[in-house]
Amino acid sequence: MTGGSLWQIASFTALAALAATGMMLVPGVGLAWLLARRRFPGKALVETLISLPLVIPPVATGLLLLWTFGRRGPVGVLLERAGVEVMFTPAAVVLAMAVMGLPLLVRTARAGFEQVTLRYEQMAETLGAGPWRVFTTVTLPLASRSILAGALLGFSRALGEFGATMVVAGSIPGRTRTLAVGIYSATEAGHDGEAAALLVVSVVIAFGAVLASNRLAEVR
Amino acid sequence: MARFEISVALTQGAFSLVVDVRVECRALALVGPSGSGKTSLLEVLAGLRTPDSGRVVMDGDTLYDSAQGLNVPARARRVGLVPQDVLLFPHLGVRANVTYGQASPAPDELMRVARLLEIEPLLDRSVDGLSGGERQRVALARALLTGPRRLLLDEPLAAVDLARRRRIVDALVQLRDDGNVPMVYVTHTVEEARALADHVLVIDQGRVVAEGDPAHLLW
Repeated sequence: MTGGSLWQIASFTALAALAATGMMLVPGVGLAWLLARRRFPGKALVETLISLPLVIPPVATGLLLLWTFGRRGPVGVLLERAGVEVMFTPAAVVLAMAVMGLPLLVRTARAGFEQVTLRYEQMAETLGAGPWRVFTTVTLPLASRSILAGALLGFSRALGEFGATMVVAGSIPGRTRTLAVGIYSATEAGHDGEAAALLVVSVVIAFGAVLASNRLAEVR
Repeated sequence: MARFEISVALTQGAFSLVVDVRVECRALALVGPSGSGKTSLLEVLAGLRTPDSGRVVMDGDTLYDSAQGLNVPARARRVGLVPQDVLLFPHLGVRANVTYGQASPAPDELMRVARLLEIEPLLDRSVDGLSGGERQRVALARALLTGPRRLLLDEPLAAVDLARRRRIVDALVQLRDDGNVPMVYVTHTVEEARALADHVLVIDQGRVVAEGDPAHLLW
């Protein structure tokens, strides 16, 4: 195999998707709660911005990330001063995956929070619980199934991420090459056997993720 | 004797609640048809609903005063609330529900309250399989274990069987008198109102239409 071993690509992709899911979890759940429970100025704008990666071409999202986190981008300049380079590193893969997966997590978790009856939270308040205790002991557990389902959706989206990853991380064998990018690169180079092998691995991992997400929706 | 000063106005959509009551009593019963505003009033007292204006004083504590911009949050009101729909936390077991508001774990106190409400055999169960009466007794235990300064009870025994209901009413009377815990009690049962309350407000369409001694007002 020319583009890094199959095992290396598969495990890197799964680990990067896992890291991306971890990265989006706290801000994603926080945003979902804010959107479900609070009114604030600019809420419509925040809602739109978060959902944008779902509707604009992933390549365009990648380009926006490149402009933001690239050497001359507003965040990239700060990162470079701190000696951190993101673009075309494994970190860029995780970043692209997280941004693309975030909307799915936020939308699913938000619906979960909206389903939690406000009155359970009020009940906890009358029992003396402060806002943080109400959130961690009542709101979060009651919304946990939706949050988990959202995280799994975000993870699945991250696994298959292609467009944005291609722009911000490229297809560096053994460094930033993921399953999706690997399939494309192998096909481009005419290595059909390699592309087929990567495809089989992709299907197996995705199958597991979807199966788990369906099980989660069923078990009550 | 506790002093109740409940003088509030609350509008929500087409419904308006206007109450202006000053009374010294140990327990106040709220009676009236469904949708008359009893539950809304209880929620105002609990701090779950903010009135448009007015003043709420219970047992010497000013809990709300729009003129002073004072609104004590629900968590600091030290009320033991049993809402009509009980609202046991569905993701917690009976024991975790009952002890949720306990400031510090006191097993003796837990067992005392559990015995009082006859829920000892339920403690290790999940909330799911409980009957209506069991749920109400668990909710009442949860309210009592917070060590409340006052109780706000919305038909707390409606689904409890008659024999138990009498025993629990007796226990509440004892708490009211020996424990000095004033109560506001929503009920449809004349017997309960007479047993527990020494003052009754009859509420209809958001207004107090009659008030006084339950022995005279209720028959």
